[in-house]
Amino acid sequence: MCLTGVQKHYGSLHVLRDIDLEVDRGEVIVVIGPSGAGKSTLCRAINRLETIDEGEIAIDGQPLPQEGKALARLRADVGMVFQSFNLFAHKTILENVTLGPIKVRKKSKADAEKRARELLDRVGVGHQADKYPAQLSGGQQQRVAIARALAMEPKVMLFDEPTSALDPEMIKEVLDVMVDLAERGMTMIVVTHEMGFARTAANRVVFMADGAIVEQADPETFFTNPESDRAKDFLSKILKH
Amino acid sequence: MELFWEHREAIALAFAYTVLLFLFAGIGSMVLGTVLAAMRVGPIPVLRWAGTLYVHLVRNTPLVIVIIFFRIAAPKIDLKFNFVDVVIPTGVGDVRLNNIFTACVVGLTIYTAAFVCEALRSGVNAVPLGQAEAARAIGLPFSGVMTQVVLPQAFRATIPPLANVQIALLKNTTVAGALGVAEAFVRMRLLIKNNPAELWTLFIGFALIFVILVEVLSFISHRLERRVRVS
Ligand SMILES: Nc1ncnc2c1ncn2[C@@H]1O[C@H](COP(=O)(O)OP(=O)(O)OP(=O)(O)O)[C@@H](O)[C@H]1O
Ligand SMILES: [Mg+2]
Repeated sequence: MCLTGVQKHYGSLHVLRDIDLEVDRGEVIVVIGPSGAGKSTLCRAINRLETIDEGEIAIDGQPLPQEGKALARLRADVGMVFQSFNLFAHKTILENVTLGPIKVRKKSKADAEKRARELLDRVGVGHQADKYPAQLSGGQQQRVAIARALAMEPKVMLFDEPTSALDPEMIKEVLDVMVDLAERGMTMIVVTHEMGFARTAANRVVFMADGAIVEQADPETFFTNPESDRAKDFLSKILKH
Repeated sequence: MELFWEHREAIALAFAYTVLLFLFAGIGSMVLGTVLAAMRVGPIPVLRWAGTLYVHLVRNTPLVIVIIFFRIAAPKIDLKFNFVDVVIPTGVGDVRLNNIFTACVVGLTIYTAAFVCEALRSGVNAVPLGQAEAARAIGLPFSGVMTQVVLPQAFRATIPPLANVQIALLKNTTVAGALGVAEAFVRMRLLIKNNPAELWTLFIGFALIFVILVEVLSFISHRLERRVRVS
């Protein structure tokens, strides 16, 4: 996946400044940075939940189309996991996972359900398949959300602070699923402040501030010896907690 | 009371018109209102604008004027409904669905659709934004986002206001009476004219029948509401 010269404004606010980012197949990128840096906006731009003003975003060499059916199809290749889970409240866990494969990938119901059950087992919520989202804990819901994204067989997975709405004891169960996913070779872009995850699973840390990529390095280098003052300042703040 | 019994066939026939006006305009307004709501919450600016204009124009016009337009003004510009002429024999007299009836159905539909649209739109707005985003993120096109995720959830929040809109429609069918459809209100006026002494009986009697019809609607609405709440 390749972003070149991506710019985005909200009115007079320049939220993405000239973003260039290349992500190789199977690479795991952790995006980190202070609040308001534009991390969420970056994720949302990658699957076009937000439009961009300038620049290009390409997946497998194919630029993302602007509008319509072609965009919807390409969006299916990018899995997204939200901070607030966003499971479909009126559908069961199983239906949450099979909706995309049936309606977008045109799989048969039987195939989609078989695959969905495999994925739900893999993320450890197989026995909850017939419940509704509201009956599950946050950690369980987030794992279902991961299974829902995986069911589309995406080329890339985006995670926007997937654990920051969770109670501490549930964070690990979600991170474990993500580490497993990284080990299986999934290409991932993860916005998170979980440094443990960054250290174990990430190939690269991208540090953003004020809408720009300030610095990128492998996790070890970034956490022990950051180059920029912005990154040093930011790390000293989060490490104090 | 004997008066009602004596005229039971004519009254039944009149209420058949009322119910038919309601059914046709009810279904029509639901369909048109859903399309309008989709336009108003959709991503295409021209359609949004058109939907908004429609709602503001129609909602702020008195119903009588909307129906008069289709009944009297429209035929002058050759918008006639003469192609409709269906006779339903009932055994106690024919129910005739002609151009006048159709003009009234169209007027009621056009008018009620604006309210259906707004009821649906408020329901759509009650669905958290994240639901639509998640639906878009798995690659559903706009139509899929609406039919699979947003509308089923909006429907829940929408049943009570939609029921109100349809109840208003049921009562609004009486306006068609003023414009030539022999529905319940017309029959009531006729009976009052011929039996002035029974004014109050007739008044209360007809009102009661309307109350019963409305109660049936409320009952259906409550059942629906309970049904969707379980899931
Ligand atoms: N829809 C919007 N309209 C206007 N401004 C917005 C909108 N969404 C985000 N912004 C602004 O854009 C900037 C970047 O927001 P973004 O959500 O991408 O930051 P973030 O890095 O994800 O922060 P956080 O860590 O708090 O999630 C912020 O200043 C935010 O206020
Ligand atoms: Mg954010």
